[in-house]
Amino acid sequence: MGLSLKARASPLASAAEQLRILSAPNGFPRFEERMCTAGLFPLAATGITVFQINVGKLCNQTCQHCHVDAGPDRKEVMTHQTAEQCIRALATTQIPTVDITGGAPELNPNFRWLVEQARALGRHVIDRCNLTVLLLDSQADLAQFLADHQVEVIASLPYYRASQTDAQRGLGVFDKSIVALRRLNALGYGREGSGLALNLVYNPTGAFLPPRQEAIEAQFKWELERQHGVVFNRLYTITNMPISRFLEFLLQSGNYEGYMERLVNAFNPAAAAGVMCRYTLSVGWDGTLYDCDFNQMLELPITFGGPKHIRDFDVAALDRRRIFTANHCYGCTAGAGSSCGGSPA
Amino acid sequence: MDGYYHSSDLARFSEIGKGNKELWEKFSAYYAAVFAEGALTEREKALIGLGVAHAVQCPYCIDAYTQACLEKGSNIEEMTEAVHVACAIRGGASLVHGVQMRNVAQKLSM
Repeated sequence: MGLSLKARASPLASAAEQLRILSAPNGFPRFEERMCTAGLFPLAATGITVFQINVGKLCNQTCQHCHVDAGPDRKEVMTHQTAEQCIRALATTQIPTVDITGGAPELNPNFRWLVEQARALGRHVIDRCNLTVLLLDSQADLAQFLADHQVEVIASLPYYRASQTDAQRGLGVFDKSIVALRRLNALGYGREGSGLALNLVYNPTGAFLPPRQEAIEAQFKWELERQHGVVFNRLYTITNMPISRFLEFLLQSGNYEGYMERLVNAFNPAAAAGVMCRYTLSVGWDGTLYDCDFNQMLELPITFGGPKHIRDFDVAALDRRRIFTANHCYGCTAGAGSSCGGSPA
Repeated sequence: MDGYYHSSDLARFSEIGKGNKELWEKFSAYYAAVFAEGALTEREKALIGLGVAHAVQCPYCIDAYTQACLEKGSNIEEMTEAVHVACAIRGGASLVHGVQMRNVAQKLSM
């Protein structure tokens, strides 16, 4: 298993270095200019409906495309005190959905407490799961816990074949993912009428855009059921963001300029109008507030008004805040667009 | 000019419209309609496009349809089979002309 950028002391472990590369002139318009042309600048929030908590960078995998630079060598995890601040803030709102992500969020010792508290507040809870975490000895009862609390599982599976999945996520990950999916299916996940939602996430396994969501979903359903007896509800396509380890891949493979050109040329105003940062609040492992998980990884906290930390949470200010954008945002506006909930356009 | 083929020329394809805008627009509309979802899926059409690109040995088309196939969700195994289909048709087209060779040889020979 590989090491994170941070463990390798790569220059790209620095958010400032990533932003320097992304902001260097490459002959394409700055994102803000493109948004101006589309009549969408400055971009403003439309009210928070998703309270996304990133509980840390610890993960049992080191995927090649990871925008978090997560891995087993990362130590940044949310403390119980910060988790309590999240729940206190959530309780003051009517935000319907709590989206818990990482790293592998389940490895945070406060994960289950967060789920229980959010469910007790009557909120819908999403676990962004890498699937293989379900097979760890320490997580033997995790699938049952998720089912007992009716947690929606959004699981990463970039392709329905082992070669592509393993190339992105590590050798043997596909086979383990299938075992985990069967375990979830056995509990009712992904089956109509069970009330247990199992949605998969497709990420391109290279420097290209994702397919049309409906088309690849049909292909995934056919292949996974036919070859592995696995069922699921929805497939979300997510574009790889040109930051962190995917940025490293782009630079090392000579694909950076071509990929950026592809994103820029595929700019879609309809997708830009529906980007997830308009309805999401992203909380970092240390309680810092961000417009989205990508801004979080680039260390770009909420800039234009609104509190900067969960302890100062103010939903009224955050609901209508202005969103910080930069060139990496082209990743969310290309083609049919990309968000944590799939293609918005 | 240091050669005939430049990958950067692919992005300049639309410049051909400067010589005749109307024909270019008709071609573009037809091209878009051909590759839209129909009785065949966009994914299937991209795989056919990749096979044809190899048959006509157009480097621009190979570049464009390799990317198109990946972006429609195809994998390298499917794309390789599409190239083999093109290869088989081209090879078969050569070989079947062997019958003509045999006809001529038979006529000329004692």
